[in-house]
Amino acid sequence: MMRARWTKSLGVAGFVATLLAGSAAYAAEHVALPEQEWSFNSLFGTYERDAQQRGFLVYKDVCASCHGLRLVAYRNLMDIGFTEDEVKAIAAGYLVQDGPDDNGDMYERPATTADRFVSPFPNDAAARASNGGALPPDLSLMVKARAGGPDYVYGILTGYVDPPAGFEVPDGLYYNAVFPAHRIAMPPPLFDDAVAYPDGTPATVGQMAHDVTQFLAWTAEPHLEARHRMGVKVLLFLLVLTALAYAVKRKVWAGVH
Amino acid sequence: MAAPRFKSRIVRWIDYRLPVFSYLHHELHEYPTPKNLNYWWNFGSLAGIVLVVMIVTGIVLAMHYTPQASLAFDSVERIMRDVNYGWLLRYIHMNGASMFFIVVYIHIFRGLYYGSYKAPRELLWMLGVVILLLMMATAFMGYVLPWGQMSFWGATVITNFFTAIPWIGESITTWLWGGYTVDNPTLNRFFSLHYLLPFVIVGVVIVHILALHRFGSNNPLGIDTKGPQDSLPFHPYYTAKDYFGLGIFLLIFAGFVFFGPNFFGEPDNYIPANPLATPPHIVPEWYFLPFYAILRAVPDIWFIDAKLAGVIAMFGSIVLLFFLPWLDRSPVRSARFRPLYKQFFWILVLACLVLGWVGAQSPDAVIRVGEDWGLPVLWIGRLATVYYFAHFLVVMPLLGIFERPKPLPMSISEPVLKGGGALATGAHAKPMEKA
Repeated sequence: MMRARWTKSLGVAGFVATLLAGSAAYAAEHVALPEQEWSFNSLFGTYERDAQQRGFLVYKDVCASCHGLRLVAYRNLMDIGFTEDEVKAIAAGYLVQDGPDDNGDMYERPATTADRFVSPFPNDAAARASNGGALPPDLSLMVKARAGGPDYVYGILTGYVDPPAGFEVPDGLYYNAVFPAHRIAMPPPLFDDAVAYPDGTPATVGQMAHDVTQFLAWTAEPHLEARHRMGVKVLLFLLVLTALAYAVKRKVWAGVH
Repeated sequence: MAAPRFKSRIVRWIDYRLPVFSYLHHELHEYPTPKNLNYWWNFGSLAGIVLVVMIVTGIVLAMHYTPQASLAFDSVERIMRDVNYGWLLRYIHMNGASMFFIVVYIHIFRGLYYGSYKAPRELLWMLGVVILLLMMATAFMGYVLPWGQMSFWGATVITNFFTAIPWIGESITTWLWGGYTVDNPTLNRFFSLHYLLPFVIVGVVIVHILALHRFGSNNPLGIDTKGPQDSLPFHPYYTAKDYFGLGIFLLIFAGFVFFGPNFFGEPDNYIPANPLATPPHIVPEWYFLPFYAILRAVPDIWFIDAKLAGVIAMFGSIVLLFFLPWLDRSPVRSARFRPLYKQFFWILVLACLVLGWVGAQSPDAVIRVGEDWGLPVLWIGRLATVYYFAHFLVVMPLLGIFERPKPLPMSISEPVLKGGGALATGAHAKPMEKA
């Protein structure tokens, strides 16, 4: 009897797990995306710290020439393992407009850790003018803003293949296996050894795509690790609470029926 | 009502002057509740709890949110990134909306299955429909607040419904928008109303509960309680049962909040609103999908164009529920004793699920069957829409005439029939002849 009850409870837990697994399932629609195993998708999932730091280099050396990261502050980089001095040095490489000063003039100063990432273009019109009319989107939320999430970003970066025979790709556009309608304005951004990794990891296109996706998954969802940690505790607490509540219910109702 | 003797002198002092404690004791403690309620009766109290969760998280979110078109999106992201546990508040609120609708839809279908809308609970039911409408308005306006692409375009599509009203539609829509398009004034008023309406819901919920406590809960047998042997005091029996149900519910809720917070959302809403770029397909939140499918299912009807007809059908699908207590002519409440209604009930559930699925498809989608034959999704939606309306307008009135209900039990404590069953007054139900 008691065993049957527990099996029931397990069944409920299984149901919850199924619901959770379902959250990953909405990803695959439309174009078939190359599905990757992402370290941060599981119940206890975290980001890969090394990959994130390498991914930041890829962003800084490659993506940042066209794409902004306007919702992320330089100080946030300390959350993925950069030291304060490293972050100060990174920020100092950018100029931000500040002011007005005591004379009422605007002036430029090096960015501090408190500043948000400086976007490569002052506004959308300037961005379009420099990119043949196409607007390179800000990447802060990219992983959450596309169906497929990390698989989509990874898929775009590794999706530059030869077009099928007879597929017309107009001038100024490129064939991409994953992009909707397969015509993308972004030239292939990655090629082998585009970035010199200080830790000696071979910088293949696949590796860089993986690393920058880990980095951008974090920029889109910076508190994911805290969320997972808290979530496990909350679920364990609720499991115990619910089991106790069930025992109480049984005891209260024992005399009825 | 025998006033209980409270232990604390302070409580006694207050209660003598303002009998709140006696009232609460009467309504939440000794309140007699049918002893045979099953777990489908948990969803009413769950809905109340979710409402409180939504209000509490919403009030705190409002402290950090900026209802200004050029700042709204970034202020939500600031909550997600920089406000302490802002991500938790926002994900609870965001998923809480979905949980609220799941709970309330189950609550409504429970009422439909067990005939909880029938005399003497018609007003109770109608107040519930009012709550549903208020919830829908609140949820819609809340979804607009993050000012993402789906917020903006969802708001544009939904507010455009009002342009379908003949003659004055355009003016009404301009008035609702506060301009000639969805823009900052629209966002401002939606924020104001999104903050107001939940408290209106609380008010209607209180009246809903007052109406409930007049005759007490219906029950799975759908027969009235005949005496004290049929009921239990609400506390501790149903508080304990609701508490256990709450635990299960919170496990599921927390599962989504912590491990799939964007499961119910649309990726497009993480793109800031852009009035110049329409998303490839605009879909409302999942809980509106069945109504969206009804809207799109209706073609031009005679002199009424498809848009107006669709809007009428969509609102009609809910307004219809107000009349349900009089459309259903059967005196038997519970579907347990209504062999035909039970089957139609499940067809209705299926039709609603199908409508939800259809609402999520693009309007020109076709299900390919083999090489050269396809079934347009639109026609599946039309079929389900026709069933939805026929269920309430045709099936229910006819069942009252033609259905032969099973014999009802004597009472809740004596569910096993001894000889012929007693009948509800004026029932068409006849005791089983030679069982």
